[in-house]
Amino acid sequence: MSGYRLSSGGRVDRSRPLRFSFDGAGYQGFAGDTLASALVASGVTLFGRSFKYHRPRGLLATGVEEPNALVSVDRGPARVTPNVRAPQVSLHEGLVAESQNRWPSLKFDVVSINDRFSALFPAGFYNKTFMWPRSAWEKLYEPVIRRLAGLGDSPVTRDPDHYDATYAHCEVLVVGGGIAGIEAALDAARTGSRVILIDEQDELGGAALADPALWSTLDALKAQLFAADNITVLTRTTAFGYYHQNFVGASQQLTDHLAPSEAQGPREKLWRIRAGEVVLAQGAIERPLVFNGNDVPGVMLASAGRTLALRYGVAVGRAVVIMAAHDSGWRDALALIEAGVHVAAIVDIRTVVSADLADAARAAGIALHLGSAITAVAGRHAVKGVTVAEGGTGPAHKIACDAVLMAGGWTPSVHLWSQAKGGLVWNEAWGTYLPGKPQEKCRVVGAGAGAWHFGSGAITSVLPNSLPVSKQKAFVDFQNDVKARDIQLAVQEGFRSIEHIKRYTTNGMATDQGKTSNLNALQIASGVLGRPVTEIGLTTFRPPYTPQTFGALMGHHKDALFQPVRKSVIDDWATAQDAVFENVANWRRARYFPKGGEDMDAAVARECRAVRQSVGIFDASTLGKIEVVGPDAAEFLNRMYTNPWKALQPGRCRYGLLLREDGFITDDGVSARMADDRFHLTTTTGGAPRVLGMMEDYLQTEWSDLDVWLTSTTEQWAVIALQGPRARDVIASLVGGIDLSPEAFPHMAVREGTIAGVPTRLFRVSFTGELGFEINVPASEGRKVWEAIFDAGQPYGITPYGTETMHVLRAEKGFIIVGQDTDGTMTPGDMGLDWAVGKKKPDFVGKRSLARPEMTRKGRKQFIGLLTEDPQELLEEGAQVVTNPDAPIPVPMIGHVTSSYHSATLGRTIALAVIADGRARIGETIFVPMADKVIRAKVTAPMFYDPEGSRLND
Amino acid sequence: MILIHCPYCEEDRPEVEFTYGGEAHIARPLDPSALTDSEWEGYLYIRSNTRGLHAERWRHAHGCARFFNAVRDTVSDRFEVTYKTGEARPARITQTGGAA
Repeated sequence: MSGYRLSSGGRVDRSRPLRFSFDGAGYQGFAGDTLASALVASGVTLFGRSFKYHRPRGLLATGVEEPNALVSVDRGPARVTPNVRAPQVSLHEGLVAESQNRWPSLKFDVVSINDRFSALFPAGFYNKTFMWPRSAWEKLYEPVIRRLAGLGDSPVTRDPDHYDATYAHCEVLVVGGGIAGIEAALDAARTGSRVILIDEQDELGGAALADPALWSTLDALKAQLFAADNITVLTRTTAFGYYHQNFVGASQQLTDHLAPSEAQGPREKLWRIRAGEVVLAQGAIERPLVFNGNDVPGVMLASAGRTLALRYGVAVGRAVVIMAAHDSGWRDALALIEAGVHVAAIVDIRTVVSADLADAARAAGIALHLGSAITAVAGRHAVKGVTVAEGGTGPAHKIACDAVLMAGGWTPSVHLWSQAKGGLVWNEAWGTYLPGKPQEKCRVVGAGAGAWHFGSGAITSVLPNSLPVSKQKAFVDFQNDVKARDIQLAVQEGFRSIEHIKRYTTNGMATDQGKTSNLNALQIASGVLGRPVTEIGLTTFRPPYTPQTFGALMGHHKDALFQPVRKSVIDDWATAQDAVFENVANWRRARYFPKGGEDMDAAVARECRAVRQSVGIFDASTLGKIEVVGPDAAEFLNRMYTNPWKALQPGRCRYGLLLREDGFITDDGVSARMADDRFHLTTTTGGAPRVLGMMEDYLQTEWSDLDVWLTSTTEQWAVIALQGPRARDVIASLVGGIDLSPEAFPHMAVREGTIAGVPTRLFRVSFTGELGFEINVPASEGRKVWEAIFDAGQPYGITPYGTETMHVLRAEKGFIIVGQDTDGTMTPGDMGLDWAVGKKKPDFVGKRSLARPEMTRKGRKQFIGLLTEDPQELLEEGAQVVTNPDAPIPVPMIGHVTSSYHSATLGRTIALAVIADGRARIGETIFVPMADKVIRAKVTAPMFYDPEGSRLND
Repeated sequence: MILIHCPYCEEDRPEVEFTYGGEAHIARPLDPSALTDSEWEGYLYIRSNTRGLHAERWRHAHGCARFFNAVRDTVSDRFEVTYKTGEARPARITQTGGAA
């Protein structure tokens, strides 16, 4: 035997050595090893440092429940994964791993000074300390704690890996590929069902992988599995969450076990599985024993010692002592002897064990100490020996050893079962919870259901010792440094429920989520409280079962695929013009068209001047459009909107205001009556789906007697806004079948005809206050018509403009933008839009709410304009407005600025705001306090340009 | 990922295809102007907030776009039954689901 590697045995391939490094030192292992088994084989006992006290930590387990051996695995630039459990890391050639949470090194960790002062840092200490002086928290305590706390280092660069995802359906999903799971999968497959079998390890077998007597059975079962064409087997796949109706999330590791040069394709694949039935075969996890010194590196679970020897061919020590409360510890001891590991002694808390086991142990030459307990462990970075006392308090003697294996009993894995809200039943004999009544179509097989074949044991909390618990270093949670005395302390301080005890002590809150500590904590709490375990409660099981990467959950939804980007048919043209874009809802819209190095302000000033002096062209295709058709179309719109629609003649348009039932403005838009029974409705860009949904709600569930139907036509029409005094001139030669003269085609009218040979609904409407048209054409022809208009406009200096200019021009006219000037709490009266409310209508959505006293009282915020005393001072949107900036704090605020722009038209800044009793304050001076100054402004009507609207009616 | 049975499509579909529509069977008053402020408040804002079986509306937004009703247990999130707009809540929902 070299190092601690056994010369034969195990499933590793001794003909394939692999080199790897840990903390910069080079080691060797074999194909089939994990990082943990290869390090133990090399004599490494120290794997990390505990979270709080930085105590030396060794390997505790060989499965996913491992709390101590957390390492960072380095797969190359930007590919360092922290907090990986060493027994879960498949060894490959060139693996690079580092220990964590220590400085400057694992052996000499300066921060272990915490441990010397551990009396000052008992459970819950941070709830009581670092409070005084208050000023020290931000500058001293927090930064220092932040540097000392934490496990591995988070990556600071973008994850270069990509991740895949898939959906799968099956009649039976089996979680857990041990023998029980494999048999369940084969049974289900025989009926013809589609079966998916998943296991988190690199090969199927579960606990049988540490039992050579079962290997030939295992091989035969696996052969049947792979021969079946209706069974999908996924290894390295963890079911991390069990959701409603048998929906299970599982992540499959694809490349982490490969050398980086061999790793190709996605790193992980997320499986979203919907199963007719879920069979859980997740086995059981062994419990540690709680005794003084149980956290010295070299103290581990008996099943881990067994697995290291029989699966990996590694001796956990040269002289092993078993501390048992359960028969399984004895079976493990005998198996170790057979594998060539020297077991010096078995210490069992029970005074009587089965004769078979005792005889076999004696025959194997193992010294037996029944009715005894380990009371101390010698060694700091590695076990050197133990002290054993009869009854824990009686005569004591020392045993030299370099490894201690704990057999504390078994806890069925009920994590997924509980996530699916399955009931749990306390089994007093075994001191553990077993699955009870399911809520989903789910059943448990194997050790997870308590069906294990390795005997029975005693229930323990803290092993007896002449030292009081308060003086013992008897650990319950190894990662978070929670000792038995901490749980006692929590109870002393008044915590009764396990949820409170857990959070106060942080027991079970580490990356292992209490897999090895929850039950022990319950037993100790039960003892101290003097109440049965079932009355203390059990903490809630939540996904994920083990830590999951964000990458796997995100899958392909990143960068360009993170959110859909909606583009109008004009978008490409604007891109070619080097427009600067902004996002409005999911749409990409041109914000401005800078020329020759202009900044936004210069571009917008030029665009505004061009529109008011000649003509501008704007893409309004993103506006929501709804075709409202039917004999009851007008009646329906009458009930929905504030305006009266019945008298609107075909060929005319109206500005519609939509309220919620609570009376507040929710949307607006100009709509046209095409015929008696047909309206072309428009909504805001962002409000389109909401408005259609609201209309469908009323139509389907309140007024289903109305004969009218709604069709979303947002994407069917491209809308080209042409605004400015030359607008009519530009399209005169392009339009067919429509008399464009002002007498025949007044403002707020619609005509059907053609433009550039394409059918059009031509609206004469204006959001700018200039003569304007909105040219609706089928979207497929939009680009062609846009280019035809742009060409026709060249002699007039036609200027493309974006959303920023659109905002400025409408603000000069005091037109509101719902969602900018309104915030969901403004009524038509507040916004000066009472004229849009039909006074004679008996009812419409929101009408009743407008009659509430609150909606008409004095002091409501009203929509007004603001002109700063310094004409170039630009107010900030959202800035608060006060009447007296020198009032004592808190200064009463009367409203806020909703829109604010440089106006090229007026040569100064303008702003719109909503302030209390705004209209009564017109002419007054108000104040806008900013961080460094107070800005003075005059309240005006919300209208800065052409108040009579004469430019509209040319 | 809850599966919801759309009574119009007659299929179980994943919850992401649906939007929630609040408590069911609250009819908009025929003459809102005749209501007192308190009665109107009741219609606008007061809801039963039931712990247990709750009659509510859902819309198959990314499907047939129809509104329908459902009885769902607000504690377990289990949908007991779904039924079309305009239909009355099924008289008896048994513990194990399905209308009696």
